[in-house]
Amino acid sequence: MAERKLFKGNEAVAEAAVRAGCRYFFGYPITPQNEIPEYMARRLPEVGGLFLQAESEVAAINMVYGAAGTGARVMTSSSSPGISLKQEGISYIAGAELPCLIVNMVRGGPGLGGIQPAQSDYFQAVKGGGHGDYYTIVYAPASIQEMVDLTMQAFDVAETYRMPVMILGDGVLGQMMEPVEFREPAPREVPAKDWATTGAKDGRAPRLINSIYLQPEALFKHNLKIAERFEQAKKNEVMCEKAKTDDADIVLVAYGTTARICRSVMDRARAAGLKVGLIRPITVSPFPYDEIGEVARTAKAFLTVEMSLGQMVEDVKVAVSGAAPVHFYGTTGGVIPTAAEILERVEEIARAEVRK
Amino acid sequence: MKQVYSVPKSLQPRSTHYCPGCTHGIAHKLVAEAIDDLGIRDRAIGVAPVGCAVFAYDYFDCDFQQAAHGRAPAVATGIKRSVPDSVVFSYQGDGDLASIGAAEIVHAAMRGERITVIFVNNAIYGMTGGQMAPTTLVGQKATTAPFGRQKEHCGSPLRVSEMLATIPGAAYVARVALSSPGNVAKAKTAIRKAFETQLAGEGFSLVECLSTCPTNWGMGPYEAMSWLEENMIPYYPLGEFRTPEGGPNNA
Ligand SMILES: Cc1ncc(C[n+]2csc(CCOP(=O)(O)OP(=O)(O)O)c2C)c(N)n1
Ligand code: SF4
Ligand SMILES: [Mg+2]
Repeated sequence: MAERKLFKGNEAVAEAAVRAGCRYFFGYPITPQNEIPEYMARRLPEVGGLFLQAESEVAAINMVYGAAGTGARVMTSSSSPGISLKQEGISYIAGAELPCLIVNMVRGGPGLGGIQPAQSDYFQAVKGGGHGDYYTIVYAPASIQEMVDLTMQAFDVAETYRMPVMILGDGVLGQMMEPVEFREPAPREVPAKDWATTGAKDGRAPRLINSIYLQPEALFKHNLKIAERFEQAKKNEVMCEKAKTDDADIVLVAYGTTARICRSVMDRARAAGLKVGLIRPITVSPFPYDEIGEVARTAKAFLTVEMSLGQMVEDVKVAVSGAAPVHFYGTTGGVIPTAAEILERVEEIARAEVRK
Repeated sequence: MKQVYSVPKSLQPRSTHYCPGCTHGIAHKLVAEAIDDLGIRDRAIGVAPVGCAVFAYDYFDCDFQQAAHGRAPAVATGIKRSVPDSVVFSYQGDGDLASIGAAEIVHAAMRGERITVIFVNNAIYGMTGGQMAPTTLVGQKATTAPFGRQKEHCGSPLRVSEMLATIPGAAYVARVALSSPGNVAKAKTAIRKAFETQLAGEGFSLVECLSTCPTNWGMGPYEAMSWLEENMIPYYPLGEFRTPEGGPNNA
């Protein structure tokens, strides 16, 4: 067994990326993710890689575009206001079918907002984010170990589907410390980068990294090709954890930090004799619609909990599709919901929907 | 029979989408000739802008990336840093480089990024139909400056080469004009020097090419050339503003 080491979330995700072969990092400082660029500035030169602090998030993501276009394993990281600036570039990267990793340690918004943990950028993360018809693959880890495991496979996944992969964390996941083990992910067959622009050597034809298709039919076809890859990702990459859902009357749905809290809510509710389960999407894009839909056949009610005023709850409603009521509890602005508050909501729902 | 001229090998043998009398074609040819002369076609990676030259990749016979509006220097940075032995050039218009991409060009120069920038200054937004650029001359009409650019309203035009020449990381900065045969010959020398600066690892290089946009200037090709020489050159003096040998030359 590999050794377990105590790591801060931000540094763990950076180390995992390096071990996954990431050799280029372009970023711009913003709280609460500064330990990622700081770690990379020390670490990447040790492995012959390169760290560069860009003049802005706009420049950073376009440097990622350039490096990804040469076939390099490249990443950037930021937090909400910076990710907003990166959306132009993310859209171009998606349009040009380039793989890369983007880490987003979400903080409260809108505007400058605050620096405390939030989940209010769910819509931005999972519904494309920038302009145009595209999706990215978005992981929502709930522990440092899971963040490491997902990061270790993120580049393989990005290269398989030729699209950006995002790790959607928050200030809690970035700042807290847990023991982690860096373990090799299951090997994948990653397609050769026969599109990378590295100079047209040895008589090969020139290559082009591009997202412009002025003929509507050509753009239609191009978008369908990208969508088809995402369809494949839907088939192969959806990840979600179900806990005690088999006999559950009330099912909590939460991701990331909030799911950790909901797990203890579930345990306390069970101890009090309430049949409560938990569904934790690990990929929030593609979203585990089918997995939730299946549980909706037996569950009497759902409670979605988020550090937002209600974003993922819309996807949960789509998944449940009217089979059971979907309730919502959320906090915003960097306020973390407490287990007691959530438990109170669970008890209310139990009184109204289960024992009626 | 002695061959005195041929199309540069680094250009694709096809006609362009540029308007009659547009100098984008001349700039393309000079870049391709420099690539041929220096024997770097298989190391060259171009970065196309958003502007009339967005399809530049259709004309060059080398690898290319198409960048978002103004972001070519950042994209070029990502390429050069991940493939250090490549020869990277961006090709950008004045709206692209001097307006929306002002931060990216300044910081690429500041870092001494080993890239070559071909800056096509035609004092107008060509692709979008003749709106005012940061380089539009005072009094010059544009669709968004229907009474001519007014200094009091939107300031005086930006002299990009002079500005960048103050940055230590900029190793070679020159302004040329794509007007007369004599000026085009000088432009060819400057573009070659810019690539040589990159090959020698000396830092950032940029050649500003004063150019015409007969279509949006509302002029014929010949009239546009005269207008460039009579109006642009007095405000945008030609010459080398910075060379690897000796800092600012004639700035
Ligand atoms: C973010 C963004 N804003 C605006 C545009 C629209 N746009 C396309 S080209 C252009 C100006 C191009 O002018 P210039 O860079 O001077 O190039 P030219 O066409 O004159 O060669 C603009 C504003 C765009 N494509 N993207
Ligand atoms: S619009 Fe102007 S810059 Fe564009 S191709 Fe025509 S003449 Fe050239
Ligand atoms: Mg222009």
